[in-house]
Amino acid sequence: MGTIVIFIQKAIGQGMCILFGADGEILTEKSGNLNLGVPGMMYMGGIAGLAAAFLYERAVGAPSAFVGFLLSFLAAVLAGALGGLIYSVLTTSLRANQNVSGLALTTFGVGLGNFFGGSLSSLSGGVGQISVATTASAYRTKLPLLSDVPLLGPILFNYGILTYFAIALSIVMAWYLNRTRQGLCLRAVGESPATADAAGINVSLYKYLATCIGGAIAGLGGLYFVMEYSGGTWTNNGFGDRGWLAIALVIFARWRPMNAVWGSILFGALYILYLYIPGLGRSSQEIFKMLPYIVTIVVLILTSLRRKKEDQPPESLGLHYFREER
Amino acid sequence: MRDAYAIELRNITKRFGKVVANDGVNLSVRRGEILAVLGENGSGKTTLMNVISGIYYPDEGQIFVHGEEVTIRSPKDAFPLGIGMIHQHFKLVDVLTAAENIVLGLEGPTKLDIPAVATRISELADKYGFEIDPNKKIYEMSVSEKQTVEIMKMLYRGANILILDEPTAVLTPQETDALFAVLRNMRDAGNAVIIITHKLNEVLALSDRVSVLHKGKYVGTVETKDATVESLTEMMVGTKVTLDIDRPDPVDPQVRLVVKEITCVNKEGVTTLDHASFTAYGGEILGIAGVAGSGQKELLESIAGLTPKESGEIDFYPPDQPMQEISKLSAVEISRLGIKLSFVPEDRLGMGLVGPMDMIDNMMIRSYRKGGFFWADRRSPRTLAEHVIGTLEIDTPGVTTPVGKLSGGNVQKVLVGREIASAPTVLMVAYPVRGLDINSAYTIYALLNVQKMRGVAVMCVGEDLDVLLALCDRILVLCDGRVAGIVDARTATKEQIGLMMTHTGKGGYRDGEDETRPA
Repeated sequence: MGTIVIFIQKAIGQGMCILFGADGEILTEKSGNLNLGVPGMMYMGGIAGLAAAFLYERAVGAPSAFVGFLLSFLAAVLAGALGGLIYSVLTTSLRANQNVSGLALTTFGVGLGNFFGGSLSSLSGGVGQISVATTASAYRTKLPLLSDVPLLGPILFNYGILTYFAIALSIVMAWYLNRTRQGLCLRAVGESPATADAAGINVSLYKYLATCIGGAIAGLGGLYFVMEYSGGTWTNNGFGDRGWLAIALVIFARWRPMNAVWGSILFGALYILYLYIPGLGRSSQEIFKMLPYIVTIVVLILTSLRRKKEDQPPESLGLHYFREER
Repeated sequence: MRDAYAIELRNITKRFGKVVANDGVNLSVRRGEILAVLGENGSGKTTLMNVISGIYYPDEGQIFVHGEEVTIRSPKDAFPLGIGMIHQHFKLVDVLTAAENIVLGLEGPTKLDIPAVATRISELADKYGFEIDPNKKIYEMSVSEKQTVEIMKMLYRGANILILDEPTAVLTPQETDALFAVLRNMRDAGNAVIIITHKLNEVLALSDRVSVLHKGKYVGTVETKDATVESLTEMMVGTKVTLDIDRPDPVDPQVRLVVKEITCVNKEGVTTLDHASFTAYGGEILGIAGVAGSGQKELLESIAGLTPKESGEIDFYPPDQPMQEISKLSAVEISRLGIKLSFVPEDRLGMGLVGPMDMIDNMMIRSYRKGGFFWADRRSPRTLAEHVIGTLEIDTPGVTTPVGKLSGGNVQKVLVGREIASAPTVLMVAYPVRGLDINSAYTIYALLNVQKMRGVAVMCVGEDLDVLLALCDRILVLCDGRVAGIVDARTATKEQIGLMMTHTGKGGYRDGEDETRPA
């Protein structure tokens, strides 16, 4: 029983990080931008949040957890949005190739994270020495009382604030995309920008905003990893391939935020499953780590076979829009 | 009563570079009236409507809406004036429902109340006699349903001046009748309706008045009740212009291509070519006339092996060799059999040439299968490219310049030059002089004549009847995918062909009794 509860907790812990990335990418892709820079933006968000908290805690004698929380949150959001902005300028304004721009952004973001991770390490006196315990404690604070409820408490209420934020965000996004005028406009931009343009919608503005806000959300995924998951520490490349998992999750969720919620927990569970299966060697572990990707491929095959229009990516995903081009 | 006009255009002129698309056009529509704008292809109808709906800005002239002069710079300016245009190509988002498409881009409360929108749509639909399901997805709809959504989109936005660009081109006769009933209801409710068309029977059946354009110029407006098919045709085709195009007499015409009862059906299930039959002879130019979309494209593409055929047979008679049936072959198989069939498509930089590639590479598209087993032969295409530049006087910095950077006339010369270089037995060209200046056009005519004198069977789809009458030996007239007849270009008149193009005409001969057959 205890093992199962811990397994669920760990799965959710892994999943939320991916969920942020997937939510950000869903918003971005709904505008027709295929931003493969998500892993990079998550790195950027993570390192920016960590650096903000680290510098604040160093500068102030008795740091306040609340201020550290605010500063790191803001820094992660801004860094992620900056990544989205770089991508938007390249693809929407300069009409560069979306795949190449996205991959470049990932390379850039990962490099940036590792570079400043190294800098912070030397500032703090050596590898593995970075710690922003005060700020991290704010992120790791669990819901009082509710987390003490037997069984339900450990499974549902045993997490930091970002976990609940991720789920709330998914609900808001689902509502926004399906029930509001702006959401309709955004979907139209991603499906058929020429139609949206003819209907008087500012296509470039929607693309920019969706991509930057999507970047900010993805940045929170990095922050979640650094603060709640790792407890305010940094290891170079410790983030691993979670960014790519987020992109896989977008496909798995068929561009629906609510599907991404349970999908992220499933992905998280598959991601750590190898730890709970006894007798696995090093090589067989790697096979288990492939499970989320295999599930994604199966979903891709199934949706392609069913050919349901609603399950397909936005129609103009990855394409430029230029009014005078016919 | 000046403000009786819902919209009035005065002296509208619109130029694209040197081409004058609209030259001093006047037009007016009253409320509660259906105006048909009639004209051949390229007469400037669509340009004029795009001026009204704000897609183009006129170089000269004034527009009055309900008696007041207005400036329309973009479609956003046209909406508040109540002007709604329904394009030939629908602008709809496939995965959204009808209702979502209709409210797309409209201002309103943040939360979208789709049930309320659906109710309003149903009200409008009842008022005008539409059939529409607001919750149906666009991708599940037929063409006619999509058109209904487009019309509803305009009405929902409060449009009272509706412009429809060739709305019946994609509809079945029953759907056309339903559309006309709706348009009459809109007229009776006090809206102004402008319908662009080149189908005379529809003009006579639907409109109150007809304005006719010819080659960008305004010919005149008549009351429909005073008009006849003959009088409208005369206005539409204009008076005969004598062109100084050389036309040598055919020498020793031989049967090269026999097309028997070809039928094509497109993806939407519309019959695009209906039991078309004809014979093409070497040493003559066979013109193909018809209003746009009468099956010209399908005719040439089905011969070239690019369009699948439902039924029918195409026989190819190479010189000094036995006949070959090519009906069931694809383009690749045709060329592999060594059948010398050349096709200059209408879409030069899409189907004919690769724009970003240079002349050598474009020449290689025809010859890349030759050469060694691994390395491609680049030397002979280079020689060919240089030869084509020299003989056709192509204005280009060199053989390595991307062909997409050349002017329209030079692009066409590159394409025609390549196709002629393969010494074809049958040469098919579609709209060979479209977008070309006069001098380039005459160069192309001369090239076609040279091929004719070499004994090539030349088939030329054209839109300018004066040119076809001056260049061709015989003219095949298509109407709604059927061969309306084949006439002798030396004796036929424009009116005769015009009437055949628009369905109602008699004259000409079905191919079975083809009296124009060369001796």
